[in-house]
Amino acid sequence: MSTIEVRNLHKRYGATVAVDDVSFTVEAGEIFGILGPNGAGKTTTVECVAGLRVPDRGEIRVLGLDPRHDRAALRQRVGVQLQESRLPERLRVGEAIALYRSFYPQPADGDQLLEMLGLTDKRRSRYRDLSGGQKQRLSIALALIGRPTVAVLDELTTGLDPQARRETWELVERVRDSGVTIILVTHFMDEAERLCDRVAVIDTGRVVALDTPAGLIARAGGQQRIRFRPATDLDEQLLTALPEVTEVRRSGSQVVVIGTGNVLHAVTATLARHHIVAHDLRIEQTSLDDAFVTLTGHQPEH
Amino acid sequence: MASFVRLTLTEARLFLREPMSVVLGVVFPAGLLLMLGAILILRTPAEQFDGQRFVDLFAPSALVLGIGVVALQHIPNVIAGYREQGILRRLSTTPVHPGKLLLAQLLVALAAVVVSAGLLISAAWLVLDVPPPQHLLGFTVAWLVGFGAVLAIGTLIAAVAPSQRTATGVSTLVYLVAMFAGGVFLPRFLMPKPLAQLGEITPPGVQALLDAWGGRAPALLPLGIMAVIAVAAAAMAAKLFRWE
Repeated sequence: MSTIEVRNLHKRYGATVAVDDVSFTVEAGEIFGILGPNGAGKTTTVECVAGLRVPDRGEIRVLGLDPRHDRAALRQRVGVQLQESRLPERLRVGEAIALYRSFYPQPADGDQLLEMLGLTDKRRSRYRDLSGGQKQRLSIALALIGRPTVAVLDELTTGLDPQARRETWELVERVRDSGVTIILVTHFMDEAERLCDRVAVIDTGRVVALDTPAGLIARAGGQQRIRFRPATDLDEQLLTALPEVTEVRRSGSQVVVIGTGNVLHAVTATLARHHIVAHDLRIEQTSLDDAFVTLTGHQPEH
Repeated sequence: MASFVRLTLTEARLFLREPMSVVLGVVFPAGLLLMLGAILILRTPAEQFDGQRFVDLFAPSALVLGIGVVALQHIPNVIAGYREQGILRRLSTTPVHPGKLLLAQLLVALAAVVVSAGLLISAAWLVLDVPPPQHLLGFTVAWLVGFGAVLAIGTLIAAVAPSQRTATGVSTLVYLVAMFAGGVFLPRFLMPKPLAQLGEITPPGVQALLDAWGGRAPALLPLGIMAVIAVAAAAMAAKLFRWE
């Protein structure tokens, strides 16, 4: 049995279809990413998984439970970090932890959790005095305080500075290493590439691809881009004639060669044969960004 | 149960950290009466006060002030804010229903007005020689149904207001009406009779408090009106409450 099974989920708000048809399964111990542009239906999907919304159609099983009928049991075992959810401004970190601990029969050790999240010296701080990253970490702490088997993390690092984002990523990996299955909703490519074992790319309410980050990139063609500045004049035909090369472009004094397979060797060998020195040679692999554009036709947001 | 106790204690702490609510709702009613009592003419029996002293007549209005601040300023603001900031929603992902947070909030409001009334009644008694409420049963009932009615209205506003801003705006308007009818801004014996009569039927029903304080059993009809308002507004609030 998979930890989470979603089959043909459909959810609309009035005339607006938020989720058209979404299916996926998440295995125990995975970090499963749900990636997509804003308004793609990511949050609605996980809100249905967490039992916060009732789907119009489709079936959901989380740890074998139905989020609609076994709400009480599920709430004990699923920790949720919601997008745009705050705490009372004047509540102190330690008080929030003590409060949420009282909700669960066998809660985690609050001190240990704060230590793991680097919030120990913030215990006496009011919520409003925390930085964005600290608020986010506290939110994760509260999602984990009930010792959940599954954690749903929605837009975890939105609004964080690069340093705080990296720290949060490390934290998520530590949480997974402690045996928690994680569903991560994000619209950041780098976050999905760095953290997720598998990613479902959702666009306009449908899963357009489901694979490992490397698999998604390969699917997008696995193209490579080579840039260099030729020391002498270069006849482009020399390169376009190569079977590995798909396109040659000029950008100022730079030449950009796009190709597949062993295109780097083919290009450098040809240049050497014609005694053309290539300055500032750089090679760019396809990233998840490119894969995303190929799969959805949208530019990713940053 | 442990979680509910913890929720209530946490909400009580948060209330104590709201300086406006604590000062205006709990301390100010007693303070205002003492300040007015510092003026000689206001603590001397006089013809125009019906042979009574101003402070005797104004004490119930000070009580109304505390009830208004807590039930019509603090409660709608906090509850609508909790919804707007996703605090209720966050709670609904835990085993604890967010309704418990509201219940805890109402308990804290009750405790706050009890302390507010206690401070006011003792200050009036000890400093200004205003005897404590003479018709104790009548006073307790009038106070409870009166506060219940105002609190239910405050909760109803919070239940349906689309935003914290709207909740604050609407509740401030209602607050001003309740304070005016309660004789907080203008002593009721200075009002024309029809306006003064507003204080009998406008929550929390200052006339019933005044009567019971002075030793007369409060009239049943206004008490009944308060009870009906309390039950109706509370039922509507429960039915219409928007959790998100």
